[in-house]
Amino acid sequence: MKPAAFDYHAPTTIDEALDLLAAHGDDARVLAGGQSLVPLMAVRLSRTEHLVDLNTIPALAEIGSANGSLSVGSMVRQRTIEHDPTIAATVPLLARATPWIGHFQIRNQGTVGGSLAHADPAAEYPAVALALDAQMEIRSAGQTRTVTAENFFEGLFSTCIEAGELLTAITFPTRQPGEGFAINEVARRHGDFALVGTAARVAVDNQGAVTSSAIAMFGVGTTPQRVTATEQALIGADQDADLNAIAQISSTELAPFDDLHASASYRKRVGAVTVRRALTDAIEEARDG
Amino acid sequence: MADVQMPPAVPVSVRVNGTARSGEVEARKTLADFLRDDCGLTGTHLACEHGACGACTVLVDGQAVRSCLLFAVQCQTREVVTVEGLTVDPETLTPVQQAFQDCHGLQCGFCTPGFVVSVTAFLADNPDPTEEEIRIGLSGNLCRCTGYQGIYAAVRQAAAELRGSK
Repeated sequence: MKPAAFDYHAPTTIDEALDLLAAHGDDARVLAGGQSLVPLMAVRLSRTEHLVDLNTIPALAEIGSANGSLSVGSMVRQRTIEHDPTIAATVPLLARATPWIGHFQIRNQGTVGGSLAHADPAAEYPAVALALDAQMEIRSAGQTRTVTAENFFEGLFSTCIEAGELLTAITFPTRQPGEGFAINEVARRHGDFALVGTAARVAVDNQGAVTSSAIAMFGVGTTPQRVTATEQALIGADQDADLNAIAQISSTELAPFDDLHASASYRKRVGAVTVRRALTDAIEEARDG
Repeated sequence: MADVQMPPAVPVSVRVNGTARSGEVEARKTLADFLRDDCGLTGTHLACEHGACGACTVLVDGQAVRSCLLFAVQCQTREVVTVEGLTVDPETLTPVQQAFQDCHGLQCGFCTPGFVVSVTAFLADNPDPTEEEIRIGLSGNLCRCTGYQGIYAAVRQAAAELRGSK
């Protein structure tokens, strides 16, 4: 349970980190909060020649708002997101997802960018990013590109970040009038990875009927997944709509896998329950204004 | 045997329980191992060594973290408090430690330092937790004796004691 040896680098600026990543390419890995990477290094599922620590770069831990969006630096701690009143008011789904992550000791050190870049299919933040159409700012030495959450997650623990690149910030659209947000998941114990879960955004019109939605499920495959047929069926849903029947559609859109923790059919059935619960809460909030 | 090339040591200087501690360690050395091997502070226990059990919990800049998931070199400018440093006087117990003793909040005792540090931080954040909040708050620490009822009772007593003393 001891990591393999590595050379440790503690850059203090983003440019310095990018130069290190450019110099070492595939031989370098970045260290964010370390709450997933360090366990993988301890059990030797991951090893690297060069470890580039991002914890010494203050510029990566900034939060800024502009023009209907909130930019969150990749090294902002989950603890900060959980307790920040601005985030709770402007990107409520991100704030509400946070207490579901691990345990408070993990969230004290874990970061938003680390969780997204690690891309665990059962993790909360990737589904939140997908539900909110978050924009990922990815930098390399001399270049910056922006990728939508939809194109960011490529597979199991895999994203579009290339060697030499760094996820520097994530931009979330801020809450608009008539929107509601909710997250729901089922896990064996609090803090365990979800067996299955749902993050949802809905918007309603003046009569309380749904005009648009984004329903992102996690724990259902190699990446978080939008259930678009369910989203379509939800359009126009008013007070009399049968949310349970609409949520059931999600089970036809998923192809989850069996594993030690739950069977595929369990994930489909319970997944639909998390969809119903998340939609019920999100729609209620949207109708309340 | 062929020459084994040892990785270079890096200088580390950390404030632990109010005292500056320094040494030369490999970059891969965790804070937990640095505390135990280099500082002689064996109150911090290691069980799983990959962040699952919470036995190695310490305070870094006042916040509870798993010391097996931080490298010692990452703590250069940070203030670490271990279970040994919760009280100034080793003969006295904090309200949390006293509650663990009063409520039979330990059996074999191996997980206890991690629980005591976690509960200390948890009650600083949430001085009047509900029963459910206590269970969620302690979900990151495992007791293999499964003596959780005594631990929950200790949290309730410590919370009341700490609120009363304010």
